[in-house]
Amino acid sequence: MSEAVIHDDHHDHKPSGIGRWLFSTNHKDIGTMYLVFALIMFFVGGAMSMVIRAELFQPGIQYVDPQFYNSMVTVHALVMIFGALMPAGVGLANWMVPLMIGAPDMALPRMNNMSFWILPFAFTLLLSTFFMQGGAPAGGWTMYPPLVLQLGDGFPYLVFAVHFLGISSIMGAINIIATVFNMRAPGMTFMRLPLFVWAWIITAFLLIAAMPVLAGGVTMLLTDKYFGTAFFDAAGGGDPVMFQHIFWFFGHPEVYILVLPSFGVISQIIPTFSRKPLFGYTSMVYATASIAFLSFFVWAHHMFTVGMPLTGELFFMYATMSIAVPTGVKIFNWMATMWRGSMTFETPMLFAIGVLFMFSIGGFSGLMMGITPVDFQYHDTYFIVAHFHYVIVPGIIFGIIGGIYFWLPKWTGNMYDEKLGKLHFWISTISVNVLFFPMHFIGLAGMPRRIPDYSVQFADWNSIISIGGFVFGASQLILVWVVIKCVRGGEKATDQVWEGAHGLEWTLPSPPPFHTFTTPPKVTDATAHS
Amino acid sequence: MSNSNDTYFIPEPSRWPIVGTLALFVAFIGGGMVLNGYIGSGQYVLALGILAIIYLFYGWFKDVIDESIAGKYNEQVDISFRWGMAWFIFSEVMFFAAFFGALFYTRVLSIPWLGLEESVSNQFLWPDFQAVWPLLTTPDMTIAGLESKYIAIKEVIPAWDIPAWNTAILLTSGATVTFAHWALKKGNRSALCWWLAATVLLGIIFVYLQVAEYGHAYHELDLTLKSGVYGSTFFMLTGFHGFHVTMGATMLAVILVRSMLGHFSEHNHFAFEAVAWYWHFVDVVWLGLFVFVYWV
Ligand code: HEM
Ligand SMILES: [Cu+2]
Repeated sequence: MSEAVIHDDHHDHKPSGIGRWLFSTNHKDIGTMYLVFALIMFFVGGAMSMVIRAELFQPGIQYVDPQFYNSMVTVHALVMIFGALMPAGVGLANWMVPLMIGAPDMALPRMNNMSFWILPFAFTLLLSTFFMQGGAPAGGWTMYPPLVLQLGDGFPYLVFAVHFLGISSIMGAINIIATVFNMRAPGMTFMRLPLFVWAWIITAFLLIAAMPVLAGGVTMLLTDKYFGTAFFDAAGGGDPVMFQHIFWFFGHPEVYILVLPSFGVISQIIPTFSRKPLFGYTSMVYATASIAFLSFFVWAHHMFTVGMPLTGELFFMYATMSIAVPTGVKIFNWMATMWRGSMTFETPMLFAIGVLFMFSIGGFSGLMMGITPVDFQYHDTYFIVAHFHYVIVPGIIFGIIGGIYFWLPKWTGNMYDEKLGKLHFWISTISVNVLFFPMHFIGLAGMPRRIPDYSVQFADWNSIISIGGFVFGASQLILVWVVIKCVRGGEKATDQVWEGAHGLEWTLPSPPPFHTFTTPPKVTDATAHS
Repeated sequence: MSNSNDTYFIPEPSRWPIVGTLALFVAFIGGGMVLNGYIGSGQYVLALGILAIIYLFYGWFKDVIDESIAGKYNEQVDISFRWGMAWFIFSEVMFFAAFFGALFYTRVLSIPWLGLEESVSNQFLWPDFQAVWPLLTTPDMTIAGLESKYIAIKEVIPAWDIPAWNTAILLTSGATVTFAHWALKKGNRSALCWWLAATVLLGIIFVYLQVAEYGHAYHELDLTLKSGVYGSTFFMLTGFHGFHVTMGATMLAVILVRSMLGHFSEHNHFAFEAVAWYWHFVDVVWLGLFVFVYWV
């Protein structure tokens, strides 16, 4: 029989051996693989950032040559964005979306498996460039020509890795859309969907619209290098700046592809530990959708200094500012959810509140940079590095980590070690600020990004930053330890896990059986999330 | 709607996803080897990868077709496939959008800027550059004594010649595939097969004419991929489109064979519809090409 007819409880046995993972059509297994892969890549990318911080610990060139330093900066970003953040988000979606909407699995389970398995192979392509003539990509994750075209034998593999990852993302996104639109349990209307699910549908649309554009852009790079086209060569009538437009048309939506799942996670966590329904559910949905929509019209705020016409500079400045409005709606809704709630501060809640505070710091520096004239000072300095690391590390990674703590008891059936979780939070939070806050100062003082050496005036802050970096890196090992410990045992979790948790996923046993919701549950206002 | 089902279809573990991943992986390795100049060995790796991809499509779709014929699919599966195909096509639209964007950006913005008297590139690099479209002479050709990286174009392809015929052919094929669909819905199998065959034939004629046009461009007009940004946008847009027509015609041919084998019923023929959607998408992209690449 090649079909698991649901209703049939005998079918709950899991396939065994390596085949269970290689040939999987099970959203929980695939979700687990995504999450484990993301965690591994988090440490691969993290190791690269440790090299960067070691080199920058002091002025001068200490440990690595500048070319390799540039490779570290470039590949760190690619690994973190495409290998850690995006897969972690998809992993959470795989696990939770079917459970939250009362579906038995993802709509297209085989394609789901392919979306995952592409990742290790794509990263094999990308990381193998380190051993090729000319080394790994070193022109920055943004791959601007003409610099990126100077890469040696690694170049085609950079482009193909991006294509490969794009295929994976698009298939993953299509799957999520098909799942949410087609597999909801009876009564699970759109306006009853948990916000994590909403965040992911919107993210999926962003992915489908943005990734192919990047694929097109890198294809043009490839033909410019090997087939004599002139897309990005002014001598042939093209324009190198055009690549920046194409890249950022993808790139800005991409930052929301990264952050919206994290927003979705904290929209689940905050109501749970405030023991109140989410404030302003409807406005949350519309705010998220407007952020996504607007994100396609702000891309040139990354290019204020390339010499655009004044109308362009103004348009992109105002458009960028306008995103702050829906973002503010979300931030205030989360705060209002906590307002007068009977709050407790378990680890997931701590991480969620961390997101709220520190994402906002990044949002504010973003607003500063969105003002065209002042961005002329900030552009390509450490101020930018400070901005995006604030939105990404305590904004996205904290959200994902919060989600892991939040759902770990559901996935494993065991409670994690709360003490270690809190320790992880506090060390991470202190060190992440030591790591990234001073970057604002040295950035404003003029330290450029992506350069392995710097003027001695920046030496003190750089040492402090590096120390923050090492502590932050090391403290992530606590997370690994907590996860391993929790998988191996611990206090048994109840079905509901958290006192304030509501929604379908919390009605299932912890851990849920291999196949869940084999008959659709009925959802009413009372059982729905919000 | 989803809610009408009380049983679900979940496929058993399948080896096709991992086969597909490996196939693409091998093809990418081979492609990279060829581009890096290791053509001798690279071409075999690439060929192996491409064969594996073809095998993948055959095997994966065979499984799906078998399951469908065995009646394992319910309406919900059908709808999932529809969502999948629709958004796959949308992603393809966005892929073409990147190249259309490049075309519009160069035509409307960057080439005129290169020609502005007050622009730095004009003052210091290419004072004799004329910003015109079609761009027959690239900036670096305007410097006497400098050998250009690019090939000067003698003439471009006029719209109201082969391209206009091709437009007519594709539009007609859009109609024939619709007639095939009507025939299918009426249960008239021979009409279905004939209209499908006509559609495939029109697709083949289109590709044939396109190849002839490319030959003419390369040999008589010096319009090549290396002819500066005009050649770049021209060949990348029409080339990717031509590739999609080839894929679409192949898919239609498969549908034709399946129709002759008696697959599909009046109410259950999603594969047919998916390919028809794809064919219409290719058609619409062509209209964009005809207008913006050839005509205006
Ligand atoms: C209120 C919202 C935001 C605003 C107004 C904003 C604005 C900006 C601006 C103007 C820049 C370019 C600065 C320059 O290079 O001169 C920038 C860079 C960047 N932003 Fe944001 N941003 C916001 C939110 C985010 C979020 C949520 C993320 C990620 C999740 C993000 C990630 C980045 C990244 C990665 C870069 C640097 C890219 C690079 O040059 O490598 N931003 N942001
Ligand atoms: Cu941006």
